[in-house]
Amino acid sequence: MFKSLHIDPDKCTGCLQCELACSLEHTGEFNPARSRIRIFEFEHGLRNVPYTCTQCDEAWCMQACPVSAIDIDTSTGAKDVAESVCVGCKACVSACPFGTINFNPDSGKVDKCDLCGGDPKCAEACPTDAIIYGDADWSGLDKMRRSAAMTQIGR
Amino acid sequence: MGWQKKILRVDLTAGTCVAEPLNMDWANQYVGARGLATRYLMEGMDPAADALSPENNLIFANGPLGGTMASTSGRYVVVTKGPLTGAVACSNSGGKFGAELKFAGYDLLIVTGKSEEPVYLLIEDDDVSIKSAAHLWGKTVWKTEETLKAQHHSEDMKVASIGVAGEQGVYYACIVNDLHRAAGRSGVGAVMGSKGLKAIAVRGSRGIRVDDPKRFMQVVKEKNAKLWIDPSRKGLTKTGTLAMIDVMQSFGGLPTNNFKDVQFDGVGKINHKAVTTKDRNGHQNLITNKACFGCTIACGRIAHVDKDHFTVSNRKEYWHASGGLEYETAFAFGPVVGVDDVNALTFANYLMNEHGMDPISFGVTLAAAMELYEMGVLTLEQTDGIPLTFGNAEALTVMAEKTGKFEGFGQELALGSKRLCEKYGHPELAMVVKGQEFAGYDSRAMQGMGLGYATGNRGACHLRHDTFTQDFEDIGTTGKAEACKTSQDDVSAIDSVGICLFTASAWDLGDLADQLDAACEGEWTAERLRESGERTWNLERLFNMKAGLTMADDTLPPRMLNDPVKTGTAKGNVNELDVMLPEYYSLREWSESGVPTDAVLKRLDLGAFSL
Repeated sequence: MFKSLHIDPDKCTGCLQCELACSLEHTGEFNPARSRIRIFEFEHGLRNVPYTCTQCDEAWCMQACPVSAIDIDTSTGAKDVAESVCVGCKACVSACPFGTINFNPDSGKVDKCDLCGGDPKCAEACPTDAIIYGDADWSGLDKMRRSAAMTQIGR
Repeated sequence: MGWQKKILRVDLTAGTCVAEPLNMDWANQYVGARGLATRYLMEGMDPAADALSPENNLIFANGPLGGTMASTSGRYVVVTKGPLTGAVACSNSGGKFGAELKFAGYDLLIVTGKSEEPVYLLIEDDDVSIKSAAHLWGKTVWKTEETLKAQHHSEDMKVASIGVAGEQGVYYACIVNDLHRAAGRSGVGAVMGSKGLKAIAVRGSRGIRVDDPKRFMQVVKEKNAKLWIDPSRKGLTKTGTLAMIDVMQSFGGLPTNNFKDVQFDGVGKINHKAVTTKDRNGHQNLITNKACFGCTIACGRIAHVDKDHFTVSNRKEYWHASGGLEYETAFAFGPVVGVDDVNALTFANYLMNEHGMDPISFGVTLAAAMELYEMGVLTLEQTDGIPLTFGNAEALTVMAEKTGKFEGFGQELALGSKRLCEKYGHPELAMVVKGQEFAGYDSRAMQGMGLGYATGNRGACHLRHDTFTQDFEDIGTTGKAEACKTSQDDVSAIDSVGICLFTASAWDLGDLADQLDAACEGEWTAERLRESGERTWNLERLFNMKAGLTMADDTLPPRMLNDPVKTGTAKGNVNELDVMLPEYYSLREWSESGVPTDAVLKRLDLGAFSL
């Protein structure tokens, strides 16, 4: 069973606990600038949108990498960057349509979400369930249910 | 670790920016943020210097838990000498700016001197520069932040800035970061303006390490769970602090019409129910809640003004959402000026954030002006043709804007209540302590609050002690001195750790010490934190005494001491400060005239500052 990150911006308060947890997991420090999930704030904080890699099946980054540094973790479906192979060319950064793979000047390599090997720290840290890690095959169900609920309004 | 162990000194006179190691002896004694910055302030300036002179220091400070996963870790403080009070000023803000400064590598930023030309400070990790702000001077806080982000191609940049109010020395100008979070009180924005410093723009990518990450995360998870189930936390998430307005109305301590009354007929139009109910136009004021950096409470309010309201119907630029009403802003634009128009209150709040002013001081100053107008001391000629009658929503919003832009009668309101009332011959109408306006709690209904106001080191303030429980349970004075003294020390410690006071319902000093102990070297206990808090309180007191303040400044306006409260639970009471103050001094081990004794100074290792 593949799981994926389900993100609901309506529940996000913009507290950045996810960014802190992600950076601690991957760098050993609290450092939002190195987080692989980012919260974007719009209209004076009215909307706070968590954004990270969606782990595309046919990942642009993986296909663009000239040295095959990006591989599929078969246990989670995550596209992982092998730091020892990555040459920091940033072809993947250009290829990704979502901007969710990024160059890290500290390491000279690229960083992206690796689902923390199946135990994503961002989801664990989120106090409002704006980020949850659940079955990939019901990622749209909650949204479908909300849309379905709205159809009763005209009754 | 926890601390970045580095501070940044910016001398605007010399035009230099120099990093230096954090003084760890001081960090161990004063923890961080409020306490540590006060120690640096004491070292860096003569307390007797004019607050608006180049001699004043302006310090931005984080605590050791700042920027970590400890909940509410985004709090930072601005410590300086306050122009409103002539006393030590310590204003606390949330948002994301403080943490970003720490991520740039600095526990403290100390700004000294004065630039002849307007400047802003650009901090990108180790790259620090003083840049011309000629294109920003005269701009609002909102425009300044927008301009800097565009200019540096960085939406992620965090900005703290002042508006025209700070540039022009409005006595209660504040420093606003992240558009609507503010280091609000005592006029810290006017200090920034006096230095010619328009803004500080920061981007940081230096991580914060803790001593024992594994233990730290275990402790943080445990403490966050404790905070999560706390009923007060749940209340703050749902209603923000605004729910307090119904509490104070029914208790009878809600300052109304410049503290003449303690209950307000219009409360139902501006309370939590009102902001969450659709009005006749289908408009609902409150949209959602919003967290500061690292905060799992999220008490911040995001609201909007009805497009059809007279304040904004022709001003599309204000049709967006922004920071909404919390208790103090609702009090300061509502009951104390008699206004019950929730859209006007919300718009006034926008103006405070946009122009950079403290809502409490502005509202209470306007209330004093309204009383002067009612008495005929002020007339329409002086007030730009606007009738300053209690309840006039237009007077509220027009005067807020005039003060923010430093125009017309706004230049008089810019003085604050004390200077305004003295100028017009009625100093007794200024609802202040040490020149700083009261928050939204009446000292006659709440004796402990009155004592806290009177002895507050930054003047009247509801956030320097915590006697709410005692005051609600007992309208008398028994035990209030003890509760006031103990909570002042505790709050000083909390403010020095770098987290938010709103955790205090769930966390005691032991809970903070557990987190500090995992994050920082050395052993941290509740006792050590409390002693540090007491040290900070006494150091602030010593700063004030060296600045020329005396026990005569530990007092309340005659209205609080002589005029019995007319309604409510404490009907007939005045504040009995004369009963509580001697007991308070004694508990503090201060002399009968309020001077810290050599014995207490020795115990707290403050002997070097003896008067």
